[in-house]
Amino acid sequence: MAKFDLKDDSVVVVIGSGAGGGTLGSQLAQHGVRTVIMEAGGRHEIEDFDNDEWGMFGKISWLDKRTTSGSWRVAKDFSGLPAWIVKAVGGSTVHWAGASLRFQEHEWKVRTHYGNIPGANLLDWPIDANEMAPWYAKAEDNLGVTRTNGIPGLPGNNNFKIMKAGADKLGYKECHTGRMAINSEPRHGRGSCQQLGFCFQGCKTGAKWSTLYVDIPNGEKTGKLEVRANSQVLKIEHDKSGKVTGVLYADKKGKQHVQKARVVCVAGNSYESPRLLLNSASSMFPDGLANSSGQVGKNYMRHMTGSVYALFDKPVNMHRGTTMAGIIMDEGKHNPKRGFVGGYEMETLSLGLPFMAAFLDPGAWGREFTTALDSYDHMAGMWLVGEDMPQEKNAVTLHPTEKDQFGLPVPNVHFDDHANDTAMRSHAYKQGAAVYDAVGATRTFPTPPYPSTHNLGTNRMSAKASDGVVNKWGQTHDIKNLFVSDGSQFTTGAAENPTLTIVALAMRQADRIAREMKKKHI
Amino acid sequence: MRVMDKRPKVTRRRVLGAGAASLVALTVIPGGIIVGAGNAWSATAKALKPNTFATLLQMARDIYPHDHVADKHYAGVVSSFDDAATKGEADKAVFEDGVTALDAAAVKAHGAPYAEVRWEAQRVALLRGIEKDPFFQRVRGALIGGLYGNAEVWPLFGYEGPSASKGGYIDRGFDDIDWL
Repeated sequence: MAKFDLKDDSVVVVIGSGAGGGTLGSQLAQHGVRTVIMEAGGRHEIEDFDNDEWGMFGKISWLDKRTTSGSWRVAKDFSGLPAWIVKAVGGSTVHWAGASLRFQEHEWKVRTHYGNIPGANLLDWPIDANEMAPWYAKAEDNLGVTRTNGIPGLPGNNNFKIMKAGADKLGYKECHTGRMAINSEPRHGRGSCQQLGFCFQGCKTGAKWSTLYVDIPNGEKTGKLEVRANSQVLKIEHDKSGKVTGVLYADKKGKQHVQKARVVCVAGNSYESPRLLLNSASSMFPDGLANSSGQVGKNYMRHMTGSVYALFDKPVNMHRGTTMAGIIMDEGKHNPKRGFVGGYEMETLSLGLPFMAAFLDPGAWGREFTTALDSYDHMAGMWLVGEDMPQEKNAVTLHPTEKDQFGLPVPNVHFDDHANDTAMRSHAYKQGAAVYDAVGATRTFPTPPYPSTHNLGTNRMSAKASDGVVNKWGQTHDIKNLFVSDGSQFTTGAAENPTLTIVALAMRQADRIAREMKKKHI
Repeated sequence: MRVMDKRPKVTRRRVLGAGAASLVALTVIPGGIIVGAGNAWSATAKALKPNTFATLLQMARDIYPHDHVADKHYAGVVSSFDDAATKGEADKAVFEDGVTALDAAAVKAHGAPYAEVRWEAQRVALLRGIEKDPFFQRVRGALIGGLYGNAEVWPLFGYEGPSASKGGYIDRGFDDIDWL
């Protein structure tokens, strides 16, 4: 395990240790690049995980103050918690469900395929499926994704079997137990899934991939990677030439330090990454770093989401086994005949009783609600996740008055559903209920969105510097040695769960940074 | 398939059926000790008036009614309000003032304080009138975490709780559905 000096200006500083930062930092170290990962949260290893929904929520969630605005339902139900992400080493790869899907080919070029959608700020990615194919292959191998690399699919649990029976009755063709970063058989020193449930609380067996116990230890073994936990970066510093020179951060006790750096990579998820760039404003960059386009914080996407839960007259016990146990992919295609562009995936989801009470119908009370919970063990559920439209007004901005524990403006998250998002959600609710009705559901519930787990787009990738924040390598258009390495660089969101794409982009970026450093370009 | 026995494991008072006059049965002993029917549970109102405690308990049952869940599990959450009230006058006022207003509305509509209004539907109508108020939301929000987060009630809903210590469900029915 390396330990680098604060004054060592030869290191690459990576801010964040999740799917983007954890992957990037580890890959850089494996390329021989001396790297410091700054992680705002603590380091909780597998022994610290509990099969306890609220307990783990309190232990690992990002609960720092945030505000919300806009007409999205999350702002009403969870006004102070717009995102449900992790503040800990491993980032949100600690609590993710494991779904690992590639973008469909057209989803790299949706401006071309969908045309001009009023109100949407659509743009083609400056990269495509061919460019990404080898990196996806590398990411799938690293994550051990089922149904790739000869790895068998996971066995289906009760919740999946209900979904599959309904899908078959409706004539859906692509329903299976998913492409999951959860070992279906022992692989690379980690065991196979024991069907615990509690994927969202940190996998107690380590069968689910996380940077926490896969990439980060691999990076640390090289002697080139230091992971500095409980170190929240407050500001990125730069010199007179406009190159970044290091980061100001607060340690566990709140004491502030500057870590010098040759290159800085931002991977703090789609609220903190733009917030950090905005909070790093200086006389030279009065609108924030890398913000000559004015697009930092804009085009916030969170996926069209919703859930359908259903009750049956016989037991289901959906809480047994993997949280996301299967998928219907038929609605994922772009088929504008349905009344919207883009597509959505239907993925089983189960919550324990504590979370079900909080999320089934937030704010609801009385017997309509409690009789649903009375039949908790007779309940099946699915999550609906689809492509949402980037809109410039959907944005992470600095709050004009509210400050955090360091005296810095907190982020405000503004979001309004686009008409396309609303049309897609209506369709998804209808199809989700139809799947369950086909196998005899007695009641179905169109459950509103949870706090956002797929936060995307606030430092988007663009061919032209005027359209976005970073180029095709995730390098900021404005500052050569400043990179964005998380989901905030997404130009558009696609229908798929984003982690695999974030990992593939980070692997590709690590390769690029290592080569550019060798050539002394950065 | 392996199914959970959701029947309560402890004896408790019989509650009447859904929608009936399911009033909480309890006795207030001088000194603020509140004893549930059949001595099934007891609590001490340290800062709140015993009547306030009893009314909050009825209110809790009416907000999240589960006929197979005993009063003691709701009383546990009400005790947390009493704990908050011992620590601050502002918290105490939220509950005392909230109950006073609720009782006044109940007397106006039905000639009896809230906890003596006999039909659940009538009490629920009173609660609908205050559901946007901070008082109601405080009680409701605490119940979500305190009632459903209480491991003692999980078996009553067929939720099995932690599984890692039992080896997960791979050999305990993760895929045992037999009726499809």
